[in-house]
Amino acid sequence: MLNRRIGVFICHCGGNISDYVDVEEVRKSVENSPGVVLSKKHMFTCSDAAQTEMMKDVLDEKLDGLVIASCSPKLHLHTFRSMSERAGLNPYRYVQVNIREQCSWAHTDNMRGATKKAIALVEAGIAKSCLMPSLSTIRVETVPKALIIGAGIAGLRSALSLARLGIHAYLIEREEQPGGWVGNLGELFPQGKKGPSLIDSLLEQVRREEGITLFTGTELLEKSGNIGNFTVKLKTGQSDTISLNVGAIIVTTGFDTYAPQKTEYGFNDTNVITLAEYERCLQEGTGEIQYNGHTVKRVAYIYCVGSRQKTSESCPSPNTQCSRYCCTSAIHAAILTHKRDATVGQYHLYRDIRTYGKYELLYDEALNLGSIFLRFDAATPPTVHTDGQLRVNVHDTLTRGEEIEIDADLVVLVTGMVPRENKKLVNILKLPIGKDGFFNEIHPKLRPVETVIDGVFIAGTCQSPKTISESVASALSAVSKTAGLLKRGYVELEPLVAMVDADRCVWCDECTKACPYGAIQKVEHNGKEVAEIIPVLCKGEGACVPVCPKDALDVEGYTDHQITAMIDAFSKEMAK
Amino acid sequence: MSIAAKKDDAPHILVFSTNNISDPGIDMAGSAHMHYSTQVQVISVPCSSGIKPTWVLHALESGFDGVFIAADGTDCAYLPDCTTRTGVLVKKTQDLLKEHGRSPKRLRMAAVCSVCSESFVSHMANFQKDIVKIASD
Repeated sequence: MLNRRIGVFICHCGGNISDYVDVEEVRKSVENSPGVVLSKKHMFTCSDAAQTEMMKDVLDEKLDGLVIASCSPKLHLHTFRSMSERAGLNPYRYVQVNIREQCSWAHTDNMRGATKKAIALVEAGIAKSCLMPSLSTIRVETVPKALIIGAGIAGLRSALSLARLGIHAYLIEREEQPGGWVGNLGELFPQGKKGPSLIDSLLEQVRREEGITLFTGTELLEKSGNIGNFTVKLKTGQSDTISLNVGAIIVTTGFDTYAPQKTEYGFNDTNVITLAEYERCLQEGTGEIQYNGHTVKRVAYIYCVGSRQKTSESCPSPNTQCSRYCCTSAIHAAILTHKRDATVGQYHLYRDIRTYGKYELLYDEALNLGSIFLRFDAATPPTVHTDGQLRVNVHDTLTRGEEIEIDADLVVLVTGMVPRENKKLVNILKLPIGKDGFFNEIHPKLRPVETVIDGVFIAGTCQSPKTISESVASALSAVSKTAGLLKRGYVELEPLVAMVDADRCVWCDECTKACPYGAIQKVEHNGKEVAEIIPVLCKGEGACVPVCPKDALDVEGYTDHQITAMIDAFSKEMAK
Repeated sequence: MSIAAKKDDAPHILVFSTNNISDPGIDMAGSAHMHYSTQVQVISVPCSSGIKPTWVLHALESGFDGVFIAADGTDCAYLPDCTTRTGVLVKKTQDLLKEHGRSPKRLRMAAVCSVCSESFVSHMANFQKDIVKIASD
């Protein structure tokens, strides 16, 4: 440790840090710490001028480690890693210490305490830096081909866009017919184009595109390899299997619709149907609407069926999400109904109307065409009576809870999307599932189509309820991420992954059981079986570390020695 | 007493926080200038499932009065069963603390998400209060 040459730089951040922390005291406190050969302050360490000066210090003082005490690493970790690299210092020998968000800003009422805390934080950063080795990113060559699972609208659109970017797309569909849900829908909002016609035009383009291979009646059987170079095994038809090499995988497996319980809103009655069934009914014939052999003159729509549920005895696993598209879809169905037969009375029993953005115009149109909207409270939902004349009772909160009885020829349950059961695929791809049951992205805002499985992206309604345009937008986002990954020809991965001390390891298998990514394999070392990490598969979360009975595992950047040294550094400052 | 000379005698807490989920929550508390004790120190790790029980013991033996694991909960992007795994670790660690004559109550775990700034501050205050009680028992 004493041979290290570490430079420590403390940032004023204008006054964001120095107004609440005595930065000169921090600098002085750490200037003689073991391993430290230089300590300086800068008004803004992130400024070009400060970076130029720090790079010069790295070169002049032959620094082999760098600690910058400034803001959260979320802001400038990569800025300073890149600066280190430009100065010829291994970027992983840089340690950022957060003395702004987690110190000065949280302790604006206590300068003495904040300064003491900042000193301890910097000492801990120095202790970590002393034990930080030089690391290299993991470079993986990529195959310019992608597998897309699910040939609904998101999958079709992904395949076309990838092929046009020069990436061969293998598009697989479990069903014999591609097109997914959209292929069966009638007139779509807002343009009025029919679902089958939209899908047919996409399929025609797919057929003409040489860069797409479409497999129907095909499922993914196995996946091995890693980001940039996966080997996937497909089962086509009854028994044929095909092996392919792809650099990335886009999952567009879609959704299922909520299936009401038989007892839910009288769903066991033939004249109580779901919105999807009603939309199919609207596709048939012209003029007066016929259903089940009778003419429909009064329709009652009940919204939020199977959505926004709360846990109760009868509903132990609720669908808590709002599917968002269903309000607009029901209102669109009502407009189509009005246009076919203006004499049909339509009653919308809703909790909240979510016709966001330009779909608000559809809501206006439905109101103008005569649709009547009645709002109910979730605690007192409408009741459907199926004995004799079909009728619905609702307490309308817009008229102070007045009870209204509606005779109806048809009750339409406006159901939303639910996650599609797909255990086999989840198991093969190790896809993370969110608490709502849909596939989970890394970050909903910052990394919305990436998963923790590097090289596997999600798009469309397998991720969350979406409209068609939102599905296509997310598909195109996944395409751009895939192209960004594969067009470069190689990918660089973070080297902060697990490592095994082969001398300590006795291959007890506990680590492989703890690792959900298949990143640990058994190898022979000096005549004994030991665990070995496959760096490209390891996520570096460290689940394998505490389960090892021999303390043979560590994660780079978070090793036992580093964490212990950080605790010791805190402890030393606490004792002062 | 002036702000500059304010004394903080609250128990020393070491927080193990996660890079992607709880760290942004703790950062947010600072960004909103929500005050908590200066005796709280944070070490960031990738995931709470990777915290070694010996780290907790070492922290308590080195002068910290309590260790708080700010876990990802169900938001963990690495492991869907992160909460269960961390729960098992906490149990294992508490057993280790008992073996070493330390109160298992000195270790606490709670989910702190990326927007859980208020709850983090309140967890710190409550934990410090509870540690004072443990010490006086």
